Amino acid sequence: MQELIVILVDGLVFSSYLFMVAVGLTVIFGVMKILNVTHGSFYAFGAYMSATLIGAYYETDLPEFGGFLAIFAAALIIGVFFGVVLERCLLRFLYHRDEHIIVLATFAMFLVLEDVLLMIWGTDPYYAFEPMALLGSVDIVELTFDVYSLTLIGLAGVVCLGLWLGLTKTKWGKLLLAVIFDREISQAMGINVTVVFTATFVIGAIMGALGGAYIAPTISVSPGIGVEVIVLAFAVVVIGGMGSIPGALIGSLLVGISRAAAVHKFPEIELFVIYAIMALVLAIRPEGLFAPAQARKI
Amino acid sequence: MRYVDKTVIGLSIAFVVLVFADFFMAEWMRFIGLQSLARGAVALGLLVLWRTGLVSFGHALYFGFGAYTAAMLTLIGFHDAFFLVFAGTLSAGVLAFLLGFLLRRYRAIFFALLNMAFSMILYGVIVKTEELGSTDGFSLGPPTFLGYAPEGEAVQTALFLFTLVFTYIVTVGVHLYMKTTLGSMSMAVRENEIRVEYLGYSAEKVIHVKYVFSGLVAGFGGAIIALAIGQVDPDSMANWTVSGEFVFITILSGIGNVGATYIGALVFELIRTYAFEYAPQVWQFILGGSLLAIIMFLPDGIWSLFSRFRKSEG
Repeated sequence: MQELIVILVDGLVFSSYLFMVAVGLTVIFGVMKILNVTHGSFYAFGAYMSATLIGAYYETDLPEFGGFLAIFAAALIIGVFFGVVLERCLLRFLYHRDEHIIVLATFAMFLVLEDVLLMIWGTDPYYAFEPMALLGSVDIVELTFDVYSLTLIGLAGVVCLGLWLGLTKTKWGKLLLAVIFDREISQAMGINVTVVFTATFVIGAIMGALGGAYIAPTISVSPGIGVEVIVLAFAVVVIGGMGSIPGALIGSLLVGISRAAAVHKFPEIELFVIYAIMALVLAIRPEGLFAPAQARKI
Repeated sequence: MRYVDKTVIGLSIAFVVLVFADFFMAEWMRFIGLQSLARGAVALGLLVLWRTGLVSFGHALYFGFGAYTAAMLTLIGFHDAFFLVFAGTLSAGVLAFLLGFLLRRYRAIFFALLNMAFSMILYGVIVKTEELGSTDGFSLGPPTFLGYAPEGEAVQTALFLFTLVFTYIVTVGVHLYMKTTLGSMSMAVRENEIRVEYLGYSAEKVIHVKYVFSGLVAGFGGAIIALAIGQVDPDSMANWTVSGEFVFITILSGIGNVGATYIGALVFELIRTYAFEYAPQVWQFILGGSLLAIIMFLPDGIWSLFSRFRKSEG
């Protein structure tokens, strides 16, 4: 029983982390039909930026809880900057090309950004544990969890709710849904698809950067964190159905809790279990669990 | 007058020239040559798939599987290159045949990603297996060739010749195969699968055949690289970035001609080797930058340079 609770809490924390990194990817795919490998770079840049800003913030004598603002500021700066630059300067020239080519272009950009990251921050790891130390820890059935990680669950919940409300209750959300459903007809109806695309890409980028920025205090921010996260996010998005936000939620819960179970029960299959679930889901439901139905073209 | 195939002649000339060059080449050139031949072979498999309209982001699975099969066989005392490469190729082919039953039902991005999922499973298994050296991998001794056991530089010379002969046969074979009915079906499947079915062919079977072929050559490439480097490790053999590199080579080469994959692989190796040697801090930057440049300015790959040149001439 105790083990079950531990697995559940651990799994929820990991799921929230996965949701944070996967949701941006799925939003971008849903609207633009682009599988964005650069998402891994957004995550890594977000983490580095956040570590730097947190470090700079605690050098000053400002109130301690303001450190959290640094995290969100980092995500906004990185997301808006890279989102606008990449979409306007690169991707918009490729929209008419094959989807594989676009994936590869983002892969190329990912390689480029990996080195840009090293040029800016070097190879030494960064630590920004202050926000985590600030919140302390809590005991759940004799095991200690740090509160900061638990707040991640809350953040993922807020993001999820915010996206859902934004998409279904606001005018902008409805425009977005129209573009997701049929790009050409929406354009014919007078929706400015160019603006929708840029906005979507920026929102997706902010999500990716926020994932990294919020995780930064709990890890040592070092080179290579983007490579790992991108395949994890792919797995989650594919399981849930590409472009579906509820899919990303279910996908991250499924992957997060199974990985937590694997870590506690059979640590040797920890890496393997995620992709095994992905292969299994795809074998049964090729389009993922929540993918919208597609018309067959003859 | 009999029709003479220009590509076969071109490949044969290149083959003969390289066989002679093998005995005069500097060691580093031979090493780059070996890498290019092996990676070019993998890209050849991807090219066949690409002509069918499919791109795989997971062929590091077969590459790594071939490499690790060959390497593991050396652990139990086999050292003959013919046997090791044959085993690596065949094992990857069998794996592709089995997974093919599932994968042939998928298209577009799902095909690409399901491949990646399988390759990451292999990666996960290797990383977690302490007996195979985990993330460090393990090294294997120099190969022998049907009893001939060269030493020092002669190993690479022999291996280069060995690789050259096999890649030549495979490449000419693929080129001729593309002209047969089943081969030209590739383009038809890519253009319109449902019409292919109406004409009485099975699109899934066509795809399955290409898939097994691509698995075989990827396994071949992997086994050769394992022997050439004398070391296997998961990050340079089975990680998803390796699959990305193979797709990179295919884009670099373009799908115009089978020989182009080797030129593409050579260009890739040169970029990587020199970028790594002269600018180790920014080699990924240079690699990614050149890939972007190719995508933006040379959408049909390096081969399109040749055909452009020919057009302006005639």
